Amino acid sequence: MDPIARRNIVNKIMLTVTGICTVLTVSTLFLILGYLVVNGWRSVDWNFFTKLPMAAGETGGGVANAIVGSGIVILIAMVIGIPVGFLGAIYLAEFGGKTVPMLIRYTADLLNGVPSIVIGIFAWTVIVVPMHHFSAWAGGFALSLMMIPIGLRATEQFLRGVPNSLREASLALGASKTRTIISVIVPAAKQGILTGMILGVARIAGETAPLLFTSLNNQYWAKSPNEPTAALPVLIYNYAISPYEDLHRQAWAAGLVLLVLVLIANIASRWVLSRGAAVQRG
Amino acid sequence: MATAVVTAPPSSRPRKLGQFWRDGDHIAHLVTLIFAASVFLVTVFLVYELWIHSAPSRAKFGFSFLTGKVWDPVAEQFGALPFIYGTVLTSFLALLISVPLGVGAAIFLAELAPPRLSNICTFLVELLAAVPSVILGLLAIFTMVPLLRQYGEPFLKRTLGFLPLFQGPAYGVGYLAAGLILAIMTFPFIISISREALLAVPREQREAALALGATKWESTWQVVVPYARLGILGSIFLALARALGETMAVTMVIGNDTGIHTSLLSPGYTIAAVIANMFSEATGDMYLSSLIELGLVLFALTMVLNGAAQLLILATTGKGSRQP
Repeated sequence: MDPIARRNIVNKIMLTVTGICTVLTVSTLFLILGYLVVNGWRSVDWNFFTKLPMAAGETGGGVANAIVGSGIVILIAMVIGIPVGFLGAIYLAEFGGKTVPMLIRYTADLLNGVPSIVIGIFAWTVIVVPMHHFSAWAGGFALSLMMIPIGLRATEQFLRGVPNSLREASLALGASKTRTIISVIVPAAKQGILTGMILGVARIAGETAPLLFTSLNNQYWAKSPNEPTAALPVLIYNYAISPYEDLHRQAWAAGLVLLVLVLIANIASRWVLSRGAAVQRG
Repeated sequence: MATAVVTAPPSSRPRKLGQFWRDGDHIAHLVTLIFAASVFLVTVFLVYELWIHSAPSRAKFGFSFLTGKVWDPVAEQFGALPFIYGTVLTSFLALLISVPLGVGAAIFLAELAPPRLSNICTFLVELLAAVPSVILGLLAIFTMVPLLRQYGEPFLKRTLGFLPLFQGPAYGVGYLAAGLILAIMTFPFIISISREALLAVPREQREAALALGATKWESTWQVVVPYARLGILGSIFLALARALGETMAVTMVIGNDTGIHTSLLSPGYTIAAVIANMFSEATGDMYLSSLIELGLVLFALTMVLNGAAQLLILATTGKGSRQP
């Protein structure tokens, strides 16, 4: 065959193949969402959000305690993780010299790469063992460790994105460095910072492994964060591997609710960021 | 550290303590430093805790922990080889699928697709990366595993059954199922980072190849992809690190078998899945300590890979300018 024609055919074939790769990968998301909607939407009803789980083998009941429990564990993680991420990033971007921030940045990346199950072991050794029982505190602590690197690096990135002329203008007006950070730099970067925090929360909201042996699980309402606490991802895991048809049904519903929440958080963070960019440009 | 920062031009007059603290800059510096340093300290503490709590197991088994094939909690005999094997095998399977798929999609998104479509697709892929692993596990248990059991694995046995890789009963769960679900979890990373690396290749490289008469594919495959190879390799390392440490989805489909099997259809175990399944019911110090040592092994594996990935990604995105 004519070599040029052959090359053109190879060109067409390979470019089509890359297109097929794209279709396959991108469609996976819709496949996942579709399966969850088809299998789960019928079970997302009033009972699902308001009732406690039934005893194993019985039908009905809901996952109210797991939804609230997830909220509590995430709230604890936010209370620990957001200040550390935010203030740590201010140090990295505004106060730090060269060596110390580099070291901290490196360890933050390291921490970001630690497998979630290992984070769970760590939280177990430092909180569950001394306290002698599982608790929402331990789960929240474990999740905060996963959230900190994301919040820290995102916040630092956006603080660095603030033009130096803003800093100089504020300092030239006689403001102290701290005043400059509080009144000028942080407000200028607030969309980016918010994005980082939302992404951090979205990441930890679906995490299961760090909770398996920190907050454990609970069939009932946890009366305080000192008790084992049910969480939505752990509940999905337990229900999915259980032998009961009715629990499978609820696992699909819980999966649908969790996925929709996580996707909304991700899309919202994009939206916040794009609005911020528009404001800065205009 | 507080003295290292210059907040104002050095004045000739000696400053009083009151003035020193008045503007609060030093306090703010100190407070933020404490929070930043806590990230460092907690990471060091994590390694320390893993090290200390795995001491009994390390002392008893030494390096034979990594090569032992028997995992028997009753006899307190712990060897991690079946789990290391399972972890490496499933991750390798995952990359076998996700690397061609991911790099192919990245090429399409970086070189061919119009920018708008490319951005939308990349956003969707990044959303895919945000899907919690327990949800992928849920889907895998109820849709992928039955499909594999009924159609996929019997088909592989019929066509490739002469290979030792595809023998034995079709359970559905096992190395193959875990590899497939890990492929879905890893290609978002490969796509989004490889695409960045490809976009960072200077435009002149493409133009030069096209001017020499190369087709679009030849310019992409022989010029652009080699130019971005370090970044692509970095994305693969990052994907591998994620695959090794992935817990929930794998735990749900791996089949929980503590043996070493050649057949991909056979149930097995990965390090993360063992910890997830056994940790809360582990009794006895040696049992727990062995599980924590497994955590340490996993930690070390992912750290090495992550470090290598970051160096590679830094090396490519640092050079070359972005395609306009």
